[in-house]
This record gives sequence, structure tokens and C-alpha cells, in this order.
Amino acid sequence: MRDTAATTHRSPTAPPRSFLWSRRVFLTLLTGFVLLPVYVMVSSSLKPLEDVSSSFRWLPSEITVQPYLDIWQTIPLARYFVNSLIVAGAATVCSVIIAVFAAYAVSRYRFRGKRVFTVSVLSTQMFPGILFLLPLFLIYVNIGNATGIALFGSRGGLILTYLTFSLPFSVWMLIGYFDSVPRDLDEAALVDGCGPLGALFRVVVPAAVPGIVAVAVYAFMTAWGEVLFASVMTNETTRTLAVGLQGYSTQNDVYWNQIMAASLVVSVPVVAGFLLLQRYLVAGLTAGAVK
Amino acid sequence: MTTTLDRVPGPGAEAASANPAGRPRRRRPGRLRKSALPYLLLLPAVFFELLVHLVPIVIGIFMSFKKLTQFFIRDWGNAPWAGWDNYSIALDFDAPAGQALLHSFLITCAFTVLSVGLCWLIGTAAAIYLQEAFRGRGVLRALFLVPYALPVYTAVITWVFMFQHDNGLVNHVLHDQLGITDAPSFWLIGDNSFVALLTVSVWKGWPFAFLIVMAGLQNIPRDMYEASWLDGATMPQQIRHITLPSLRPVNQVLVLVLFLWTFNDFNTPFVMFGKAAPESANLISMHIYQSSFATWNFGTGSAMSVLLLLFLLLVTGLYLLYTSRGRRAADA
Repeated sequence: MRDTAATTHRSPTAPPRSFLWSRRVFLTLLTGFVLLPVYVMVSSSLKPLEDVSSSFRWLPSEITVQPYLDIWQTIPLARYFVNSLIVAGAATVCSVIIAVFAAYAVSRYRFRGKRVFTVSVLSTQMFPGILFLLPLFLIYVNIGNATGIALFGSRGGLILTYLTFSLPFSVWMLIGYFDSVPRDLDEAALVDGCGPLGALFRVVVPAAVPGIVAVAVYAFMTAWGEVLFASVMTNETTRTLAVGLQGYSTQNDVYWNQIMAASLVVSVPVVAGFLLLQRYLVAGLTAGAVK
Repeated sequence: MTTTLDRVPGPGAEAASANPAGRPRRRRPGRLRKSALPYLLLLPAVFFELLVHLVPIVIGIFMSFKKLTQFFIRDWGNAPWAGWDNYSIALDFDAPAGQALLHSFLITCAFTVLSVGLCWLIGTAAAIYLQEAFRGRGVLRALFLVPYALPVYTAVITWVFMFQHDNGLVNHVLHDQLGITDAPSFWLIGDNSFVALLTVSVWKGWPFAFLIVMAGLQNIPRDMYEASWLDGATMPQQIRHITLPSLRPVNQVLVLVLFLWTFNDFNTPFVMFGKAAPESANLISMHIYQSSFATWNFGTGSAMSVLLLLFLLLVTGLYLLYTSRGRRAADA
């Protein structure tokens, strides 16, 4: 109906002018609010240190890429970067695989304890991180003492922790997503001689790719941005970006231009990935969780 | 373990499928079978959730009854029992520790209500405004998700820079350019820090509400709007009588999740203020962290965490009870 309105008069269901004006004003203000820090980040990362140490200026006095060269020297940024990449990548892969299995069980089978499982998994969202930070720390240290598996201070411990952070939301979202994949499809696969796991990987998973991508994006972002456990559970060699970036403030100077440059460098991969995949996230939410 | 299977026999299926010419397969939807398969599929998820969430919480509850100070931290199993002492310290609102906890709790409540309210309002408004197609909608949608996509620490660090006293953007605009304030303000210490924290929290949080509401809006059939338009409904009426009621189930979960995340938020204040948050922005997680690690009194810290968990359980329970009753009434 709207497409036919390309002629001179407006479509009958088109919104009134007052709505269009309020939309224009609201969206302009909101865009300004959203972009302000982004602008500060980008412009400050191109400024010499004097510009960011004295009164704020909207435009750099001269544009320099020096901060982008210095960030790698001031702190071992490359190492933190690799650590974050390993931790977030491994946590994402593990979390997605585990969530796919769990969601498949809940979506396709009826079994005793199903409701207990879904409710208790979701209720972990309620737990304050601070409540299990110290006990978890003690558990990791004790496991290390008992078995020699170093969890405390290692990337492994952090991976283990992070994968459980994104697990509840992932399971919850994938259940909804798998439910929307017609059962006839995997029943057909079973009749054709696939086992239940064959049906899962050959039929259900391919049909649910958008949901799985959405869950992976969420899991990666969760692990990439976590601060509390990273600050307690890492040491100098395993430190992630979340903690490492604090190294740009020394006793005498705060290298704001370098901080902004480094922030931009560590943000670009996640933001770019997220924006590329965001339509899967919206599609995944539409089909799955938001029902 | 009795399992009701919708249609699939358990592990035997693999063997049967390997030999399709063998005995006829007895697979029928709705058949009852004993199977361990769903439990096996759940096992990894259950194992990791137990290891990282449930076991530590049980230990945390256990610790809250111990006199766990720095002298016993290496050998915490042997710390003396404290009974209810840790709880009475935390809840004695006449003593400094209890007073500080109560203050932090009230601050967190005010902060959460304001932050969740604003996030929901902005997110819903933006989603409704972007519901109709127009030029630039896709760009705006991507743009609005940027704060959500940015890692917490880079976003918060940028805001910290903007809130600096001498070289920050906020003071430059408010004082130097607009002349609204008489002198540059301190944003990261003192009473202003509450406003600063709230601004950052809303900036970071509203896109999630936007994302969820946007997804929810896509499930509303378009004919509902067209039918109501034919009946003469105006746009505000449509929003009030179609859009918002249809979003009810989405909002029920969204508001709860926003509430829990905001109430427990540690990352934002921690990156913003470092290890010591100013009193007016001392959120409860930060307060417990500080009082545990500053005084090395983990027993009291654990007791405070348990109290926090009980409060969240209570609120969540009441909320779910209230909203599901409301929903049932609305459906009827």
C-alpha cells in the first residue's frame, strides 16, 4: 500500500506530519547523544598530547597519528590483545556448542527436570557477580593445588568463567529459535536414517544459523568486555584488554590521546563484527527470545 | 530416569541408522522411551553452570557464617564460625558498616529505577520511531547499536575523559561555551558523580532495550494497524492500544533483565571511579567489593552479597507474580 504512494499525494496510512516532526527532532537529538563520545574518541586519538592535556578543543590543533604508534610501546598492548582474542574466542566457541546441545534437548525432548533446568539456568542471571567472585577464586586455587591444572591466573580459568556468563542467554535464545524450526524437518532426517545428533547438525543447526550467529556475537561481546573477573583472575602475562588499558595512566601523566587511540583499536573489531551481524541478532531475537 | 521422548529413540538410533536394512525401525512421534540422551545433551551446560555459579554461591553462603579475615584467607576452611555475626554487622544500621550498606543500597535503588526507566523509555521511543520505513533508517539502526557493541571499558573510559575537570568536553561546553555553570564542575567526585554515572549507564544501556523492543515490534501483524486505521484510529491511539499491549510479554522480560543487570552493575562504576567510588555513586556491588577487599573481611562481604541475592530473589519473585497475574487478567 505504501509503495503506491510514490505519486504526489501521501499514502492513506502514512503517519501524520506532527509524528514526522517529532521523529525528526527525537532522532536528531538521540543521534547527537550517541555520537558524542564516538566523536571524542576518534578526534582525541588524532591529537597531540598538549591538546588533550589542556582545555578541551573540538578540533585537533594538528592531526597526528603518533598516538597510534605509541600505544604499542607504552603498554604491551599487543599481548593484551592476543589474550583477549584467545579468551573471548575460546569462550564463544565453547559456549555456543554447549548451548546448542542444551537447547536442542529442551526444544525437542520431554524429560523430567526440564522446567527446573530452564528456570535455574535463567535465574543465574540474577546472581550478583560479587557473590561468587571470591568463592570461585578459592575453587580455582584449590583445583590448581589438588590437580595441578592451573585455573587461577590462566586464560583457561577465564575462558571457563566467561563461557558460563553467556550460556544462560544463549540457551534461552536458542530454545526459542529451535522451536521455530519445523519438527517435520528433523523427523524427516530421522526417517532418512540420521541419528538424533545427525538430525541436530544436518538439519536443525543449518536452519538456525541466524540464531546461532546472534548467540555467538553476544557471547564474544560479553567475554571481550568483562572487567571484574579479569581484574582479579589474571596476572601480567594473561592480562586482557579490559584490565590492561588502565596502564595508560601513569603517576604523572594521563595519555588521553593514547587511551582514545587504544580504545578505538580494541573497539573496532567488535563494533565492526557486531554491525555486520546485527541483522542476525535482530532476526534471532524476533524468532527466538522475544515471543 | 524416566524420559518421555517426543519421537526419537535414544542411543539405539545410531546403531539402527547404521543398518537401515536391519529390523524395521519402530519410530513414532509421541512414543514413550527411556533415554539418557537429553540428559547427556544437558550435561555440559549443567556441569559448567554448577562449577561457576551454583557451587560458588553455596560456598559463598557458607563463608558468610565464618569469621573470614586476612588471618584465615589461606586456610579458610579453618576460620572460626561466626554464627549470625556477619549478618548483624551488615544489618546494624546504627553502626558505620550497616549505615554505609543501607546508604549504598538506597543509592543503588534510585540509580536502578532511573536508569532502567530512561533506558526503556528511550529504547521504546526509538524503536517505535524506526518502525516505519524511511530513508536512512538502516543507518540509524546500526548507529544506535554502537553504544551496545562498544566494550564497556572503552565506552566508560571515553566518558571519563569527557567528564574531566580541566580538559573534559562536558565542562568545556557547560562552562566555557554556554556559561551555564559559574565554575568548572567536578563530575567524578562529589554529588555530581551520580548524574555522571547515570548518564553513562543510560548511554550504554538503552540500545539493548531498543534492540529487544525492535524485535518485538516485528511480531506485531501489520494488518492490525491497517484495520485500526480504517476504523479511524490516530497514531497515538494505535501506539496506546496496539503497540504497547502487544509489547507486554516482551517488556515483562526486558524490564526484569535490565533491572537485574543494572542493580548488579559493577563494570561501569569500577572503570569510572577505580577502586573507590564517591559516596553518591557507590553502587552496591562496588560497595561490597570495596568493603571485602579494603578490610579483607570476606565473611561480612559474603553476608552482604547473600543479603543482596535474597533481595533480588524477593523482587524478582514478586515481579513475576505480579506481572503474570496482570498478563493473565489482560488475556482473559
